Amino acid sequence: MNNKVQLEQVNIHFGKTHAVRDISMTFPEHSVTAIIGPSGCGKSTLLRSINRMHDLVPSARVTGKILVDDGDIYDRGVDPVAIRRRVGMVFQKPNPFPAMSIYDNVIAGYKLNGRLPREEADEIVESCLKRVALWDEVKDRLKSNAMMLSGGQQQRLCIARTIAVKPEVILMDEPASALDPISTLKIEELIEELKERYTIIIVTHNMQQAARVSDYTAFLYMGDLVECGETKKIFTTPEQKQTEDYITGRFG
Amino acid sequence: MRTSCCTNETETDRAAAAPKSPQPAIAKKLGGDSIFRYLTTFFAFSILAILALMLYEMAGESLPAIREFGWKFVSSKDWDAVQGSFGALPYLYGSVVSSVLALLLATPLSIGAALFITEIAPGRLGSVVAPLVELLAAIPSVIYGLWGVLVMAPWLQSTVQPFLIEHFGFIPLFEGAPYGVSMLAAIFILMIMVVPIITSITREVLLAVPQSQKEAAIALGATRWETIKIAILPYGKSGILGAAILGLGRAIGETMAVTMVIGNAPNISLSLLSPAYTMPSVIANEFAETTSKLHASALMEIGLILMVVTLIVNAMARLLIWSVSGRAKGGAA
Repeated sequence: MNNKVQLEQVNIHFGKTHAVRDISMTFPEHSVTAIIGPSGCGKSTLLRSINRMHDLVPSARVTGKILVDDGDIYDRGVDPVAIRRRVGMVFQKPNPFPAMSIYDNVIAGYKLNGRLPREEADEIVESCLKRVALWDEVKDRLKSNAMMLSGGQQQRLCIARTIAVKPEVILMDEPASALDPISTLKIEELIEELKERYTIIIVTHNMQQAARVSDYTAFLYMGDLVECGETKKIFTTPEQKQTEDYITGRFG
Repeated sequence: MRTSCCTNETETDRAAAAPKSPQPAIAKKLGGDSIFRYLTTFFAFSILAILALMLYEMAGESLPAIREFGWKFVSSKDWDAVQGSFGALPYLYGSVVSSVLALLLATPLSIGAALFITEIAPGRLGSVVAPLVELLAAIPSVIYGLWGVLVMAPWLQSTVQPFLIEHFGFIPLFEGAPYGVSMLAAIFILMIMVVPIITSITREVLLAVPQSQKEAAIALGATRWETIKIAILPYGKSGILGAAILGLGRAIGETMAVTMVIGNAPNISLSLLSPAYTMPSVIANEFAETTSKLHASALMEIGLILMVVTLIVNAMARLLIWSVSGRAKGGAA
């Protein structure tokens, strides 16, 4: 299997804080990779470096290489906006645009490409909402405000908005941690389906979730990559004592 | 031995005193608290009382004019103190046109300035510019007026107005002769005066836009401008509208600077180059030399109209701004 995303000796600093230390790992194409670890271990920080979200934080400094399809996204001359089109992101708290309808939310990102003919927009809205299993729930009220949806529906709407841009990689930052168990289950089922088309990297503090949805798992602790490998192996026969202690709930 | 005995004693003392002593202490505290509460309540309501009293007084004083002219007061443009006929339409017209046009010019400028301060300015520059903008609001309006009449009006007369007449004279808006002091001068001076207010409130509104909204847009591949367009401005829309309306309230009530540059001629002219008159200006100019009871009453009625209009405008603005900050709080929870 191809490696879609590859990290080479990635270090991330915020001012004087060294948040992520010297991490090298790969993310295979069309698979789900979970990044787990206790709070503050740098997993979200690492995730956000993969679509250059740290560019917004003046004190943040990312060194090393992050390759998407063999191209370093931190190379000079690479447009971060173009990178973010290829590497989409879903956040912890559902964040639909409150001033827009459900319909407009789905195409908000896609529309940035330029003028969008009506039929094309309709098609994108329908196919994206179907892919996140939201179509049947909202097809009669596409023009109503996105804030009318439940938290779980909002999060699926945000995923629809992300895939409408046609990314290759989707980063998910604890996408279900603000949701109830049933909504969480729906998001997990969705992740399973999405991996056929996209490469998914998901940060979660829920180890059962990592075990359920991911093919590969990376365990981070205090900014270091302790261990990574196939999820089955990490959860049954981890090589490191620290990993075993964490997944058996002895700390964290 | 003795020491330990002593400690014991104190402890028992304390234990014995405990059930008694706290009660008077609490009662005392409550006493101070309730006095404080009544006092602050009194102060708060005294403000409302003053407002009500002012409205009552002004309504009473303007009763003779209201009885005499009725609705004609706001529809007639005949203002003649000698004949005792008073129609306030030119003043209403002057106030509305000058403040609305000033607002139309000031709002985009202020939104731009606020966006620069909150989103564009690198690092500390924003926190340096923001207080400077607010400082502009603290300049006494007579200073603006003085600058307007000594610097801006001559410049308008020698440069801007001849240019407008030459190139856009065919539009009724720019017809006539260059007087300098004019509706245009009032619009400019009002624009300069309301920009700081609208900017600083818009800035607060923009700061209330949650980071998650900006991140949502950025993660979709939005550029800085696109982020502003799809996430920041729509979120702050009603608050920005509120800021603009608050600026309108300020512009309508502004007296000194406008009186100094508008020319004080009760005309109703489409042309922005001709002198005009506003409600606050006519009150300021004529109140000291009223010729009759009716004249004073007519001025009072203008004051009443002005006050009611600014109250309504301000209330509307506050409601809009609250709706945004309320939503920001709700979103964070």
